[in-house]
Amino acid sequence: MAPHVCEICQTARAQILRPKNHARICAPCFISTFEAEVAETIMSTELFQPGEKVAIGASGGKDSTVLASVLKTLNDRHDWKLDLVLLSIDEGITGYRDHSLEAVKRHSAAYDLPLKIVSYQELYGWSMDQVVAQIGKKGNCTYCGVFRRQALDRGAAMLGVGHVVTGHNADDVAETVLMNLLRGDLPRLSRATNILTHTPSAAKATADSCSQEVSFTDVKRSKPLMYAYEKEIVLYAHHKKLDYFSTECIYSPEAFRGSARTLIKNLERIRPESILDVVRSGIDMAKLVPGGDINCQGSCSSNKKQTVAANADNEEEAEGGCGSSNGKESGGEMAQMELKLQQDELAETSGMETEIKLPAKVTQAANKSDLSQNTASTGMSSIPIRTKQTKSLGKPERNVAPPKQKLGQCERCGYLSSQAICKACVLLEGLNKARPRTGIEVGGNPG
Amino acid sequence: MTSPTIEIKTEFTGGLELLFSNQRKHKVSLPATDLNGQPANITFLIQWLCEHLMKDPRKDMFVLEGSVRPGILVLINDADWELEGEEKYELQAGDEIVFVSTLHGG
Ligand SMILES: [Zn+2]
Ligand SMILES: [Zn+2]
Repeated sequence: MAPHVCEICQTARAQILRPKNHARICAPCFISTFEAEVAETIMSTELFQPGEKVAIGASGGKDSTVLASVLKTLNDRHDWKLDLVLLSIDEGITGYRDHSLEAVKRHSAAYDLPLKIVSYQELYGWSMDQVVAQIGKKGNCTYCGVFRRQALDRGAAMLGVGHVVTGHNADDVAETVLMNLLRGDLPRLSRATNILTHTPSAAKATADSCSQEVSFTDVKRSKPLMYAYEKEIVLYAHHKKLDYFSTECIYSPEAFRGSARTLIKNLERIRPESILDVVRSGIDMAKLVPGGDINCQGSCSSNKKQTVAANADNEEEAEGGCGSSNGKESGGEMAQMELKLQQDELAETSGMETEIKLPAKVTQAANKSDLSQNTASTGMSSIPIRTKQTKSLGKPERNVAPPKQKLGQCERCGYLSSQAICKACVLLEGLNKARPRTGIEVGGNPG
Repeated sequence: MTSPTIEIKTEFTGGLELLFSNQRKHKVSLPATDLNGQPANITFLIQWLCEHLMKDPRKDMFVLEGSVRPGILVLINDADWELEGEEKYELQAGDEIVFVSTLHGG
């Protein structure tokens, strides 16, 4: 087969077939086109303020690695004067993050970007190792996923950064759109498809006073690569020889997301435009859903074209949930640790549960203290930890009114939540009240 | 009877190396023709890799229905395989075939 010539420079051998438009182009033309398109996305949506502090959620994986590389390049090229920092979350699973954090450290040096690593221990008072030691094998994946959802916002606030960018790509967005459709969960479309999201409190704060304070509930989230094909992100990394870290296949953790992803990838092979078409359909459908958008009506950003949707306590926003740390893979560090801890912990935990049921009613005046404190002063309110089986989302329950998603804020921490108390706070409460057994045995002591 | 072989370079990245003894680059020497006497092409290579190089039992992470799993990119001498004839591309000695997964997380 005779080699194709690049459609752009008309000289070099074509190396890339672009999924969005079937263009055949060479690697250098691809690199510059990819960067130009991301720049166009950022500028046309006025995603950043000049001089804005922006944290790049960095996992060491392909998407955030490409995001960091491209943003650094564009910031220098266009003199945006963004104050970029890499922000990594360390879940505190012995042996699990080591390699990916090493990759992020290399990126920090290579792109000359400061790196901040924030741990679950700092953010929640609990590392995942400690959580596993406490609760045993079952359900720790839930904790990790729920904590991860807020971790970037909390970490950014801790650093005084009001804007976090993540590496979500077009395939991720298409996948989430499909999942929302398949579950009949249209109110979530808006958050999945908006390039910029933040909480209602942030919208209010911005509108009211253009406040400079950064509470973690005010952190903006955006996804500058949401129109970029995963294929092109991987090819960008390949042709620019970026080094990144890959975990176990994402097919393992969650069947439903895996099926949506398989569907997307199968569609791509037959008709690659489908991916961006699903993204566009998601955006258009979101506009038709009443109450889906929570727009910043503030004066601060009145000249902005962007629509702003709310962050949410949203399972689907987490990248593949717990990923490989769910220990399903053989030989996972987590699995070994769990196995080791399982036997003695199980008996202990069940013993503890009966013990703490008594004082639970006494201390109704639940201590609404700072989440990051790991003191066990939190009282025993009677909020149950929702398990997969009992959670209402997505599963129609006959005796309950149709799930109208009401986006409120968590009473404890202010994070956007469809429940009175967000999942993270519920889980933390469970952990904290069980932690110091002596404190509980004293019993009824006002914490 | 010894059939002629063809030597090529293969590489597995983006997480795929985890399925190939955690090693990215493999030089392989495979029969120059398939069972029907046709010149070895990518289809034949994929099948051959599955049978002879891949130790991991999860074959479906690499191959589905006789082709690479959707979501795995194939580069033939650093160009998308779609530009080179995909499965029907006939291998030449010294070719570099790279398989890159887009399916692995970070
Ligand atoms: Zn070119
Ligand atoms: Zn909360």
